[in-house]
Amino acid sequence: MRALKLAALMLLAVACAKEGANNSGTASSTAASASSGGSVDLTGAGATFPYPLYSKWFSVYASKTGVKINYQSIGSGGGIRQLSEGTVDFGASDSPMSDEEMSKAKGGPILHIPTVLGAVVITYNVPGLTVPLNLTGKAIADIFSGRITKWSDTRVTSLNPGVKLPATDILVVHRSDGSGTSYIFTDYLTNAVPAWATSVGKGKEVKWPVGLGAKGNEGVAGQVQQTPGAIGYVELAYAKQNNLPSAAVENKAGKRVLPSVASATAAAAGAAQALPANTDYRISIVNAPGADSYPISSFTWILVYRHQTDAAKGKKLIDFLNWALTEGEAEASSLDYAPLPSSMASSVKARLTTIDLSGAK
Amino acid sequence: MTSLPVDWLEKDRRKLRVDASAFSDKVYEALTAACALVVPALVIAIALSIFAAAWPAFAKLGLSIITTSNWDVSGGHFGAAPALFGTLVSSTVALIIATPLAIGVAIFLSEFSPSWLRQPVGFLVDLLAAIPSVVYGLWGIFVLIPLLRQHVMPFLRDTLHLGATPFFSGPAYGPSMLAAGVILAIMALPYISAVSREVLMAVPRSQREAALALGATRWEMIRDAVIPYARSGIIGGIMLGLGRALGETMAVTMVIGNRLEISASLLSPGYTMASLIANEFSEATNDLHLSALMAVGAILFIITLIVNAVARWLVWSVARRRAQ
Repeated sequence: MRALKLAALMLLAVACAKEGANNSGTASSTAASASSGGSVDLTGAGATFPYPLYSKWFSVYASKTGVKINYQSIGSGGGIRQLSEGTVDFGASDSPMSDEEMSKAKGGPILHIPTVLGAVVITYNVPGLTVPLNLTGKAIADIFSGRITKWSDTRVTSLNPGVKLPATDILVVHRSDGSGTSYIFTDYLTNAVPAWATSVGKGKEVKWPVGLGAKGNEGVAGQVQQTPGAIGYVELAYAKQNNLPSAAVENKAGKRVLPSVASATAAAAGAAQALPANTDYRISIVNAPGADSYPISSFTWILVYRHQTDAAKGKKLIDFLNWALTEGEAEASSLDYAPLPSSMASSVKARLTTIDLSGAK
Repeated sequence: MTSLPVDWLEKDRRKLRVDASAFSDKVYEALTAACALVVPALVIAIALSIFAAAWPAFAKLGLSIITTSNWDVSGGHFGAAPALFGTLVSSTVALIIATPLAIGVAIFLSEFSPSWLRQPVGFLVDLLAAIPSVVYGLWGIFVLIPLLRQHVMPFLRDTLHLGATPFFSGPAYGPSMLAAGVILAIMALPYISAVSREVLMAVPRSQREAALALGATRWEMIRDAVIPYARSGIIGGIMLGLGRALGETMAVTMVIGNRLEISASLLSPGYTMASLIANEFSEATNDLHLSALMAVGAILFIITLIVNAVARWLVWSVARRRAQ
């Protein structure tokens, strides 16, 4: 019986070895055509908002270079946690890391690499309204804090001359789940309206004074579309793809701008002018200067350690980011993401050279 | 490994059979014991890790997590009383709706239904338990909520004048405690009904015949002879349904309106503990916030433990009363 067992074990071992040999054979043959072998080269985790674009980038990049990148869209918070623990090669986030979060990262200093821009759209359901609603930061803050409760309030009608707004109640719909979208939206209101800064503030989840919470862009959009008199906020890409009504928001220059890929890029260009040369790009671009800037815009970032511990991986990561900031940017607008202004893309690329591979094994 | 005696053919065959079966019995016993020990060990491990993760929040905030209602992440306030309230209220509403319906289904299927109808109806009711909760949530958003907002809520509030009571007052947006209760009722119903049906079917024929022989009508027979006999099983089924309702996350999050506020009105939005965790966990980076969410999970864990304990006690006391 024992002999039988031994024989079985040996057979198994032989089979495994053969299998292994086969695998390494196929791997080396693919490696010949691509720059490297192996199943997955880089792993990342984080924000869900840029995931559709990132997954396109990763698949295009893999077909061009053979470098495979596995990305889990578990949310910005999860991405920051995983990068801090060192379980992934890069993180991704819709809001910049705080100094406290940066200090807890186990792998040392972290670089923020802006990739594309997102914008938050104010969407609404006002029966009979055919032209885009005009709003200012003050009016949005008053609506979302319950100071304006009717569509016929003069603080709304005065912004929309020639439009008949109904005397119905406004139902505010906000995100219930922690999200970068809420962060950008409240960051804008905090920046533009002093009263909002002291009462509610900014965050991925805040204590909303009024309204209903709905889960995800689809939850907010669904609730707004179903309820006459409702107002809410969603991502630009989501609003575009679903043709949601979008309000024009007054920017810092006093112009009313509709949300679009171009107006979000314009906001980044406007904000770039005021950037110091040594910026770490942990910057908010809400309420940016510039006549064409859409005020509720923000970067989304890929987060990487400055000191890479694995030279081969670090090299692949830098190569990918360089590609993303060049060819990747060109793909962005077809998926309704706003690309970085080209001058900013090149200064971010210059920043990639500061990634340090010297301490790597 | 013990080697078998070489000359076993010559020896007592019966003894060998006893030996062999004793050995396989031992293996079988060890295997089942391992299974039986793994599960409690898992429960204890889960409980320990939740409480360990929740400890910083309990240490810093104490019982204010369940006694206060200010949940403000950036301000560092974590009062989850509205979520605790919402969990208890939505589950209670669910049981109030589901229990009579489920027991009615069970009684019909076990006592009145023609046999050709019993299988398909029973199957369809059981099928309710197999629908994923996110599908219930979508159905809730697109079918149930418009129905509630346009017809049911105005009917309750204005036609029945229940709006005069605090329980049905205020504006009817749709997403509400009532919507959550109705969704949970549908989700808990198959559990209550399946268990009730089985225990009603298990009531001995002699019990029914004795009641009929004493001149009872069919209704009296069911009421006085069948249901009391099955009562402990039915209570067990209700508690199983309650457990389902307390822990349900996705479908509730999609229809409850996610507002951290205690309101007496079933028409106003609310929040549940499970929804709170599901909504905020993935984007929580602040340590105290994470720990507070774990604390909410720990409290939910304790509530389900209490519900199970109460269920055991009810089943036990009903069984004892019958024995006397």
